[in-house]
Amino acid sequence: MSTGLFLVQVLNGLQLGILLFLVAAGLTLVFGVMDFINLAHGVQYMLGAYLGAALAAATGSFWLGLLLALPAALFFGLLLEVLIFRHLYDRDHLSQVLATFGVILFLNQAMKAIWGAAPLQVPVPALLEGGVVLMPGLQYPLYRIAVLIAGLLTGLGLWFLVERTRIGMLVRAGATNAAMVSALGVDIRRLFMLVFAFGAMLAGFAGVLAGPIFSVEPGMGDHVLILAFVVIVIGGIGSIRGAFIAALIIGVTDTLGKSLMPDLMRLFLDPSAARQTGAALASMLIYIAMAAILAFRPRGLFPAKGG
Amino acid sequence: MPRGLKLDTLLTLLVLLALAAAPLLGFGANHYMTLFARMMIFAAAALSLSFLVGGAGLASLGHAAAMGVGAYAVAILDAHRVTDMTTVLPVAILASALFSLLTGAIAVRTEGVNFIMITLAFGQMAFFTASSLSAYGGDDGYTLYDRTELLGSRLLESRLFFHYLCLGFLLFCWGMCAMLLASRFGRVLRATRENALRAQAVGFAPYPYRLLAYVIGGTLAGLAGVLFANASEFIAPAYMGWQRSGELIFMVILGGLGRLSGAILGAIVFVLLETWLPNITTHWKMIFGPILILAVIFMRGGLSGVLGARRG
Repeated sequence: MSTGLFLVQVLNGLQLGILLFLVAAGLTLVFGVMDFINLAHGVQYMLGAYLGAALAAATGSFWLGLLLALPAALFFGLLLEVLIFRHLYDRDHLSQVLATFGVILFLNQAMKAIWGAAPLQVPVPALLEGGVVLMPGLQYPLYRIAVLIAGLLTGLGLWFLVERTRIGMLVRAGATNAAMVSALGVDIRRLFMLVFAFGAMLAGFAGVLAGPIFSVEPGMGDHVLILAFVVIVIGGIGSIRGAFIAALIIGVTDTLGKSLMPDLMRLFLDPSAARQTGAALASMLIYIAMAAILAFRPRGLFPAKGG
Repeated sequence: MPRGLKLDTLLTLLVLLALAAAPLLGFGANHYMTLFARMMIFAAAALSLSFLVGGAGLASLGHAAAMGVGAYAVAILDAHRVTDMTTVLPVAILASALFSLLTGAIAVRTEGVNFIMITLAFGQMAFFTASSLSAYGGDDGYTLYDRTELLGSRLLESRLFFHYLCLGFLLFCWGMCAMLLASRFGRVLRATRENALRAQAVGFAPYPYRLLAYVIGGTLAGLAGVLFANASEFIAPAYMGWQRSGELIFMVILGGLGRLSGAILGAIVFVLLETWLPNITTHWKMIFGPILILAVIFMRGGLSGVLGARRG
C-alpha cells in the first residue's frame, strides 16, 4: 500500500472515530450516571440521519436540514425517555437490554415503513463539494475533512461543558457516585433527562453528518451501536476523555484493519478467499481488544469512577 | 417454595405432553411440524440459557454463538461428507464444550455488565470467524447436502422421527437442568450468585462452579445447534450474532426467569409471534418491538409468573 493510500485510510479512520465519539459520548454518560444500558442509542443515530435526509430534501438545503434535525432528534430522545426508559432505571440490566432491543426493532421497521428499505442518498452540500489536495495527485473530499473538524470542535465544546461548567460538574459527580449527589439535594432524575436528551442530540448530529458519507438505511445504527459499546468499555464507562481516545483508536484500527488485513491474507490464501477472510479477521480485532480490556482492566483505560 | 416448584414441573410436563400428542391430533401437516421443531429446538436452547441466568447469574449475550458452534460442526463435517450421527454428535459436543471452556475461562472472571459485554465480544468473534470461513459459505451461509444420518439410515428425514427426536432432546435438557439446579452443585451456584463473598467464606471458590455451569450450558446449546442445522438444513453466520442471542434472552425473560417452564413457554410464544405476526403485516416488527417493551415493563414475573399467580 502506498503512503498516499495509507494517509487516506488513516483520515477515514479518524473520521469514523469522530462519529463514534459523538455516539459514544451520550452512551457513556447515560451508562455512567444512571447505570442504564441503552441499546436504543444506535437508533438515535439512525433517526438523526433520516431526519437530516428528509428535512434536507424538504427544505432543499443541507444546512437547514441539519439545523432542524438537531432539535427534532432532541425531542425524540426526550420522548423515548419519558415514555419508556424512565420505567427501566430501577430494573436489572437484562430487562434494560431487552426493552431497548424492542425499541430498536420498532424504529428500524418504522424507518422501513416510512422511507422504504432502499438506502437514501444525501447529496454533499454545495459549499463542501470537491476535494483538498493532500499530496501531488491525491485528493481527499472536503466534506470528510469538514466532518473531522466539526467533530473535533464538538468534542472540544463537550470537554468544556463537562469539565468547566457547573452542570458538567454535577454530571461528573453523578457518574462517580449518583446516590451521594442525590443525597446532596440535586434532582438526579432531571439531571439525567438533560444528559439523555443531549446525548440523543449528539448521536443525531453524528447521523446527519454521516448521511452524505454512508448510506442512510434501516439498521445503520446497529453496527455503530455495538462499536460505540466497544468504545465506552475500552475508554472506561462514564469517561468522556476515555470515550474520545478509545473512539479514535477503534475508528483507525477498524478502518486500517479492513484495508490491510485482506492484503496480509493474500500471502496465505487465494485473492477472493483472502478478501473475505481478511475482512472478517479485521472486524474481529476490536472485539479481541474489548475482551482483553474486560478481562485484564475491567474499568477501562481511563476510569471515571474514583476509589 | 415447593408449591411453585410443583407448578413449574406440571406446566412443563403439560407442554411436553401437548407437543408429543400434537402430530397425532391432526397437526401433522408439514408447516405445523416445521413450527413445532423450531419451538422445541429454541426451547432447549432457552432452557440452557435459563440455567445459566437463573441458576448461576451468568447473563450471557453470546449464547447463540455456542449454538452456532454446534450447527457449524454439522455443516463443516457435511462439507467433508461426514454425516453420521456417531461422528457428528461427539464432534459437536466437543467443539461447543471447548468453545465454552475457552471463552468461559476468561468471561466467568467478570461479573454483571462486564459479563454481558465480554460474552457479546466473544459472540461477535464467533460470528466473524464464521463469516471468514469462505470454504463453508462465508457470509452467505452453507446449505447441507443431507440431514445427519443415524448409523447409515436416513431416519432424520422422517418428519415424525425428527419431531420426537427434538422432543426427546428437549426432555433431556429439561431433566438435566432441573436435576443440576436441585443438586448440591446447583445450590452452590445459587449461593455464589446471591452472595459470592459469603459462598467463599463457607469454603466454595465460585470460579470452577461458574465455569462448569457455563460449559454445560454452552454444550447443551451446541446440541440444540446440531438439531437446528438439521431442521433448516442451512446455517449462516447471522445465527451466531448478538441479535439472535438477544432473542434467546427474550425467550427466557418473557417466560419468566427462575422457572425452567418459563424458558419453554417463552420459546413457544416467541416462535408463534415471529410466525404469526408477519401474516398480519410485513412491518410486523413494529408490533413485536412494543410487545417486547410492554412485556418487560408490565410483566415482571414473565408468562410463568402470570400463570403461577392465577393458580397459586
